[in-house]
Amino acid sequence: MEAQQPETPRPIPRPIEEVESVVIRFCGDSGDGMQLTGTEFTKAAALARNDLSTMPDFPAEIRAPAGTLAGVSGFQLHFSSQEVFTPGDQPDVLVAMNPAALRTNLMDLRQGGILFINTGAFSAKNLEMAGYKTNPVEDGSLDKYRTYKIDINKLVHLALADTGMSTKDIGRCKNYWALGLMFWMYNRPVEKEEESIREKFAKRPDLAAANIKAFRSGFNYGETAEIFNGSFAVRAAAVEPGLYRNITGNSATAIGLVVASRLAEVPLFLGGYPITPASDILHELSTYRHLGVTTFQAEDEIAGIGSALGAAYGGAIGVTSSSGPGIALKGEAMGLALAMELPLIIINVQRGGPSTGLPTKTEQSDLLQALYGRNGEAPIPVLAAMTPADCFYAAIEAVKVAIKYMTPVLLLTDGYLANSAEPWLLPRFDSLPKFKTHFRTDPEGYQVYGRDPATLARAWVKPGTPGLEHRIGGIEKHELTGNISYDPANHHKMTKTRAAKVAGVAQDAGELLITGETQGDLLVVGWGSTYGAITQATMAMQGQGRKVSSVHLRWLNPLHPKLGELIKGFKGVLVPGMYNGQLVRVLRAEYLVDAEGLNKIEGKPFKVSELCAAIDASIKRVN
Amino acid sequence: MAMNDGNGLPVVTPALTRNDFVSDHDVRWCPGCGDSAILAQVQKVMPELGVPREKIVFLSGIGCSSRFPYYMNTYGFHGIHGRAPAIATGLKVARPDLMVWVVTGDGDGLSIGGNHLIHALRRNIGLKIMMFNNRIYGLTKGQYSPTSELGKKTKSTPLGSLDRPFSPISVALGAEATFVARSVDTSVTHLQQLVRRAAEHQGTAFLEIYQNCNVFNDEAFVHLTEKTVKADRQLMLEHGKPLLFGANNSKGIRMGANFTPQVVEVGDGPGKVPLSEITVHDETVENPAYAFMLSRLDYPDFPVPMGVYRSVKRPAYEALISEQGAAAQAKRPPQADEMDKLLRSGDTWTIAKPGQG
Ligand code: SF4
Repeated sequence: MEAQQPETPRPIPRPIEEVESVVIRFCGDSGDGMQLTGTEFTKAAALARNDLSTMPDFPAEIRAPAGTLAGVSGFQLHFSSQEVFTPGDQPDVLVAMNPAALRTNLMDLRQGGILFINTGAFSAKNLEMAGYKTNPVEDGSLDKYRTYKIDINKLVHLALADTGMSTKDIGRCKNYWALGLMFWMYNRPVEKEEESIREKFAKRPDLAAANIKAFRSGFNYGETAEIFNGSFAVRAAAVEPGLYRNITGNSATAIGLVVASRLAEVPLFLGGYPITPASDILHELSTYRHLGVTTFQAEDEIAGIGSALGAAYGGAIGVTSSSGPGIALKGEAMGLALAMELPLIIINVQRGGPSTGLPTKTEQSDLLQALYGRNGEAPIPVLAAMTPADCFYAAIEAVKVAIKYMTPVLLLTDGYLANSAEPWLLPRFDSLPKFKTHFRTDPEGYQVYGRDPATLARAWVKPGTPGLEHRIGGIEKHELTGNISYDPANHHKMTKTRAAKVAGVAQDAGELLITGETQGDLLVVGWGSTYGAITQATMAMQGQGRKVSSVHLRWLNPLHPKLGELIKGFKGVLVPGMYNGQLVRVLRAEYLVDAEGLNKIEGKPFKVSELCAAIDASIKRVN
Repeated sequence: MAMNDGNGLPVVTPALTRNDFVSDHDVRWCPGCGDSAILAQVQKVMPELGVPREKIVFLSGIGCSSRFPYYMNTYGFHGIHGRAPAIATGLKVARPDLMVWVVTGDGDGLSIGGNHLIHALRRNIGLKIMMFNNRIYGLTKGQYSPTSELGKKTKSTPLGSLDRPFSPISVALGAEATFVARSVDTSVTHLQQLVRRAAEHQGTAFLEIYQNCNVFNDEAFVHLTEKTVKADRQLMLEHGKPLLFGANNSKGIRMGANFTPQVVEVGDGPGKVPLSEITVHDETVENPAYAFMLSRLDYPDFPVPMGVYRSVKRPAYEALISEQGAAAQAKRPPQADEMDKLLRSGDTWTIAKPGQG
């Protein structure tokens, strides 16, 4: 412990209003440090045992000029005493650090919500850059919110005047000032945060001291300024005890791959090419060289998957990570992997399409590409992650199935999962089941396309194994020897066998993830990152007495063997997705069911309220 | 006999013969195709390399030449069009212990797969790339290729092709290749020598082999290989020897002003140039400009150089990547709980059991 303890502001009695949940959004210029404010506030909520979900919103431009609309960065946090599944539809509280941030975020704030404005940033120049004709701080346009106008710039300068820091450096501390005020507002203990600041700036004690001062000044302002009627408290949720960390989907994917390679006892090789929003998987895995991970930034997307396939042929877990446009380029090599029957992981962090589309926005519109986007009869197992932390488990499952069935596997995540974070109750490595990887070394009776009767997988043979030299390729092969075969009956049989093998992955599908009863008026079928919103909406409507259930699909190919039966138990089927109706076509074709799609193609996740309204309307229709 | 595993490391193996490298696949190339001649020489050289058969992989893309792996009794991978260098790169990085050969053609390697080829060369990854250049698309039945001569009339260019060909050797040199050589399918001994040299090279070896497609582009190289003209039209490169050619080595290449090569008569006497003025071939020159100059010598103005244009030492990519990994591991040695540490990296917090804080 440090010698000088920070003095803890003593709360003077002021009413504390208890609320169930809060959605708060911090927004400001990219240079205002709002991501840091957001993550620090998130940590405090987590330590207070609130359940929570977060969503960062980065500007699309790399270096947008300060003060412009394009340069606005935001961070939204939903924390609650109840179970939380999404970052929240609408902020209850908005902290806007400059006019551009106010302009781009205000429309999301709920009617009567709380608005904090840093009036110090509302200069004529900033107002003009944000496109304001009049100053919203003064023109009465904010009257419908509980608006707190605070000159944070000035207050930070006052607080740090005696530090001898430059005006610019003092300006950098305003995010901690805002954080301090929010700590007061939501009755968070300041000690832990001050400790964390000290750790973060361990190499610059002067900055640590300044930021702590700014933080405390923000807190004290809440305490002493007469403008607040009281503060809020959100009780602890029934959060499972244990060790937690916050994790983004891309990070969870990367760690999942490393862990999977240890569970399989097979080295990991990633061949990738930079693409938004998948690059962070390549970046993160590149930092794990000490763990035996090999990463290779290839010359293009095709070389990314090509090198991964070459590594798989050599006996490694070959992985390639990309997004829609890159996946389009990888199609031919995926076909080769499935024809050669080698394990390979293809990760599609989906973004808005078609073509370059919306690189920084989220969508699920590559589902049909994943299922069908290759030449010939080319079935590949496809699975999807549901939440940021779930990317970890989905990555492990992908690797397991790829090795067990000797097949390429497509893992779908998306831009929303990739960048948002959630608290993750960390598993212990030894609690994760190992899966056996067998490399054949016995030349006796070896047939290159001989199969395990249970999985229909052929044997994985590493080059370098004496006596098993063989030659394979993309041309159709004889069903046993693997030699080139143009025989019609053989091709028919091989096509059927490849399909049967992928269909057999259903053996590993586990239980269907159902929220609610297995019978009722309406079944909502979802997959991927819509999990949180669909589950929350379904539970909300169940709470209102509606006979609605939801099922969330882990595997998109093969579909779960019990899904057809489940669908039959409902009068109607609603299939929400961030695309123009893709899963709904699959379900109609597969089960001859009159399922209806609920499509949102805005590059944004569903709101719980949208889903509730759609569920309500669907139930009315089917009854 | 050089015993190495493709990385200069000695290995001990039982003696193999040519027949050990002949697979059970029927050879399906057209009778008389230059590919078969190349196959025979490669199969002959393989046992001399002293590399165990199971440690050798032949990898290819698509095209007539790309059927090659099926005929070698080693590990073989018949890939997709143009992508063999990319696939082979992943294999070599993951398995530096293997000797990896890539067989490609002028269409596969320079057209659809040009990007992968140049980047493999640039990285200097330990692949032995043999490009069978027949100046035509054979498997798709006769379209012009990136090495077809200007004005070539083919099925897809009935009025003659309009785009200039490029030289595979120039491309390879431009891509920073460390070993660049050329031979001809019918030059039995020469081809064997160069296959051996390619095998011994550290990093990417690029060997262009003029190959006759007797069905769609017959006699594409006969103007160079025909007995009566061969001496005048081929310049046999030998390290440390002057660039001489012609009957009795009567002609030579001299460097003129502005690094412009000239063909001269060599000897003493009027109109002749003394031997001392003839450029001496040095395949180890670091600056690729010299080798590039050689790659521009072409028929009919110059004899066409055959042999090793360039052979310089640079670390192989797979060695660098292994070293980097080993250094990272030395800095952070393996620990029993490293997976748990990985899971717990970043900010963590503990939620105690209710009632415990
Ligand atoms: S088409 Fe030409 S290159 Fe192809 S196998 Fe026949 S002769 Fe050889």
